[in-house]
Amino acid sequence: MAKLKVDGKEVEVPDHFTLLQAAEEAGAEIPRFCFHERLSIAGNCRMCLVEVKGGPPKPQASCAMGVKDLRPGPNGEAPEVFTNTPMVKKAREGVMEFLLINHPLDCPICDQGGECDLQDQAMAYGMDRSRYRENKRAVEDKYIGPLVKTIMTRCIHCTRCVRFTTEVAGISELGLIGRGEDAEITTYLEQAMTSELQGNVIDLCPVGALTSRPYAFQARPWELTKTETVDVMDAVGSSIRVDVRGREVMRILPRVNEAVNEEWISDKTRFVWDGLRTQRLDRPYVRRGGRLTPATWQEAFAAIAEKVAATAPERLGAIAGDLATVEEMWALKRLIESLGSANLDCRQDGAALDPANGRASYLFNSTIAGIEDADAILLIGANPRFEASVLNARIRKRWRLGDLPIGVIGEKTDLRYETTYLGAGVETLTDVAKANRAFFDALKAAERPMVIVGSSALTGEGGAAILASAAALAQEIGAIGGDGWNGFNVLHTAASRVGGLDIGFVPGAHGLGFAGMASGGVDLLFNLGADEVDVAAGPFVVYIGTHGDRGAHRADVILPGAAYTEKSGTWVNLEGRAQTSSRAAFPPGDAREDWAILRALSAVLGKTLPFDSLSALRAELYAALPTLRSDAVEAADTGALSALAQRTTSLSHSSFGSSIGDFYLTNPIARASKVMAECSRLAHADHLQAAE
Amino acid sequence: MLSDKDRIFTNIYGLSDKSLKGAMKRGLWDGTADILAKGRDWIINEMKASGLRGRGGAGFPTGLKWSFMPKQSDGRPHYLVVNADESEPGTCKDREILRNDPHTLVEGCVVAGFAMGAHTAFIYVRGEFIREREALQRAIDECYDAGLLGRNNKCGWDFDIIVHHGAGAYICGEETALLESLEGKKGQPRLKPPFPANVGLYGCPTTVNNVESIAVAPTILRRGGAWFAGIGRPNNVGTKLFMISGHVERPCVVEEAMGITFRELIERHAGGIRGGWNNLLAVIPGGASCPIVPAEDIMDCVMDFDGLREVKSSFGTGGAIVMDKSTDVVKAIARISYFFKHESCGQCTPCREGTGWMWRVLERMVTGNAQKTEIDMLLDITKQVEGHTICALGDAAAWPIQGLIRHFRAEIERRIDEFSRNADASRPVLVAAE
Repeated sequence: MAKLKVDGKEVEVPDHFTLLQAAEEAGAEIPRFCFHERLSIAGNCRMCLVEVKGGPPKPQASCAMGVKDLRPGPNGEAPEVFTNTPMVKKAREGVMEFLLINHPLDCPICDQGGECDLQDQAMAYGMDRSRYRENKRAVEDKYIGPLVKTIMTRCIHCTRCVRFTTEVAGISELGLIGRGEDAEITTYLEQAMTSELQGNVIDLCPVGALTSRPYAFQARPWELTKTETVDVMDAVGSSIRVDVRGREVMRILPRVNEAVNEEWISDKTRFVWDGLRTQRLDRPYVRRGGRLTPATWQEAFAAIAEKVAATAPERLGAIAGDLATVEEMWALKRLIESLGSANLDCRQDGAALDPANGRASYLFNSTIAGIEDADAILLIGANPRFEASVLNARIRKRWRLGDLPIGVIGEKTDLRYETTYLGAGVETLTDVAKANRAFFDALKAAERPMVIVGSSALTGEGGAAILASAAALAQEIGAIGGDGWNGFNVLHTAASRVGGLDIGFVPGAHGLGFAGMASGGVDLLFNLGADEVDVAAGPFVVYIGTHGDRGAHRADVILPGAAYTEKSGTWVNLEGRAQTSSRAAFPPGDAREDWAILRALSAVLGKTLPFDSLSALRAELYAALPTLRSDAVEAADTGALSALAQRTTSLSHSSFGSSIGDFYLTNPIARASKVMAECSRLAHADHLQAAE
Repeated sequence: MLSDKDRIFTNIYGLSDKSLKGAMKRGLWDGTADILAKGRDWIINEMKASGLRGRGGAGFPTGLKWSFMPKQSDGRPHYLVVNADESEPGTCKDREILRNDPHTLVEGCVVAGFAMGAHTAFIYVRGEFIREREALQRAIDECYDAGLLGRNNKCGWDFDIIVHHGAGAYICGEETALLESLEGKKGQPRLKPPFPANVGLYGCPTTVNNVESIAVAPTILRRGGAWFAGIGRPNNVGTKLFMISGHVERPCVVEEAMGITFRELIERHAGGIRGGWNNLLAVIPGGASCPIVPAEDIMDCVMDFDGLREVKSSFGTGGAIVMDKSTDVVKAIARISYFFKHESCGQCTPCREGTGWMWRVLERMVTGNAQKTEIDMLLDITKQVEGHTICALGDAAAWPIQGLIRHFRAEIERRIDEFSRNADASRPVLVAAE
């Protein structure tokens, strides 16, 4: 700990603190542009200058100077720092003036207006008039992709974007070229950035140089209603803020959540909002004469009731998709069970995860923040870059600190950090487990090794066996048990999956699973937003969902539901963290919240569910599953993993593919989004060509 | 005046043999092993006793700088980096050393490297110095062949010298930017602390020295620090390469004793001012970044660190740019200002934005197209740049302008008056087309 005085107020801060952090600790506000807590220190904006007593007679950049670099006074007094002296005030005014001389001051047409650091700080620390009479610099705008719009004349060269892309995102595609006044931020060849996290540079940019291209000229920050909620584009459950004007979602921004997403979100999370406006199901449909025709809720319910009455209980079933909340899955499960069926499944990808194996067998047990404690990682059929981009940034953050061997079994791709590629599939896994690979020793030597099993390893025939042998390997290398560390992790790709497994939305005794139901094992199938699966001809399908996507096309009755921004619901993220969202907007047209649809349907079917409100539903849910009550992560019992590890059987040979075909098009909302389609086209280098 | 026997650079004009053999004949490489045998502490103490101040411009005591290097290695190698990125307008001494007397530098590297526990020296040569680099490389190759460098050499200290060729950026002469450039990165200065003595090249303890500071070291150690300290005034001792350019009869580089007066320096070595002493307007005494000094102040000024501080300028590298009364002094400073604007690296705000602003205002003042209040505004801008930047380039850009306004405000005002007076007359007379 170091003691120092800031503006006469004595504070004690850790040795690694900078003056800027120490001053904040003492309650003194210091303006800054280039400094950012999660990026390296550049010290180039010079806005954070402070006066150091006893130092050189010039102001010091507080972001770059550590408290341990301060010298105590002649009699050992605590070093003194001032943030409000005339020298500091003059220095800030000077720097602010320099920043503004070549800044266009086009605030009225700038999308950053109203939430601009430069605007705010110019008000607080700048001068009240301009002395600059020369011509202003103009800089050509650069193309850096379909997501980030550039107005480079506004750039103040803080290099936050460059540092973010190189340090956090792991791409060296953005840089500062030229020097002096001619310095420019660019992607060198004016190509689109390839990162899945590139949208974060919009938040990082303190001015309006990098803004959101899809959101350009759409709204002003002060006319937006802000709702803090949770993302469902992947299983990470990033904390987001949804900004709404009227009933339309205008943009999505990250919230700080150290345990989950720090303050980053993936591009799919950020830019999917235009998909919430198109292809929406806004009224019920019933298939008549082979065509889906608009219907009233009563007609739709009547059609379902008629079919339920005509179907034997064991011939009906329900599947839940990737975006379903725990509440609606609970309601659907209760309904199906009351109809006498055990045909339930929420594992759309067919992953061999079973709640019967214990909660530890399907959670990301070491937690996302726990990645920072890991000292060796083995990825089995997992591609975190696409399956959980924000989590991948956490792995990269740990990797940057050094001494982190990362082994990969599965697809050979660029994960944005160095990896040891071990092999493509089961054979390699067996080899590693038998300690035939040097990487086994690295895992064995590690104190806190992690095994991350991806869903592409768990689908298909041998999924259960691979899960068991992965657990056995984790146990063998000491990843499970000791000092509360549990390094056995399953990387989910769907927001609904862990919640579904938690409430047991899986086949009951003699019940059919996903494949069985989809291939025609039932006559009546309730489909709660499962769009990634093809249902064979035959079953009568009741689709409850939001978008006119694959599921709706195959449906016989469509009940329009609410998208994730339009309802309050609980999702359990891959760590087992139950997070409840808030409603930001209302569903369009006649669409209703999904749990309410199921409650109404249950009354028509004569099996009225015992809750009339969401809170009543939750009371019942919490009584059954207390873990859903809070967003804290409870460590799962590791005993289940030992039992699982015992069940290793011989593995059939296969290689792990990719669980995500196209990062930008993984769910119906993303598929309805024009922005995501453009990103997908670019990511797959599908260049448009004129016909000859 | 410095007598010939006290000259360190005995072949600065390249009149005698530049090869290793010739250098040895002039006394270089004499007893280098014996010097090293006296130990690190002796060398550093002797350098401190000599009172040598860094010849790169800042004048930091060289012996003290060497003593900052960790005494015991913590496992990291130590590096000596020689700054031969001499780019300051008006400065051309290192060029002559590299061209004509490179063995002084090579031997100096061995001695300095030994004193700081470094087995490797990097010499960062300015991008435009093609022939100079070749001459230096030739000298180094000769030394390798003669067994003076490399492993198990005759000096008794394993030592390698690597010559690195820059790409021609002035900012790479700043020590931390030089290290960045040497590492293969963009030449932008680093934040200090940490200082290079702790975290320098590739994160290892590093000392960056000017060519001349290193090149004089072997002779100082051979002849003793007391000899060197006996030349010149206290705190401003030794011999120094002076560069005289501009409006003198014979521009030259000459080794002289510190503390020589400007008048003697010019009369004896440069053949006097063009058109006589009455024709002298002003002198920039230490390279382009030093404030200009008007004739009456400089004529009998003592040319050393303290002497020039008294006339509110600085000794810098000792490169005097002499201007006679034919000089457009505002235009001269505007050109210097353009140089700094062009060479600003663009990393930190005051320098990136301020140098361009200052240059543009000065350009208008050259023609007088300005307001008189802008003179004070310009001075204020220089104060806003000075001391607010990461490296000293901001200061270097500010000082010449401050010097100009301090001594030639009347000239600027005269031009503004003239411009305003002619404002109507200067409008082109309309002539009907034929």
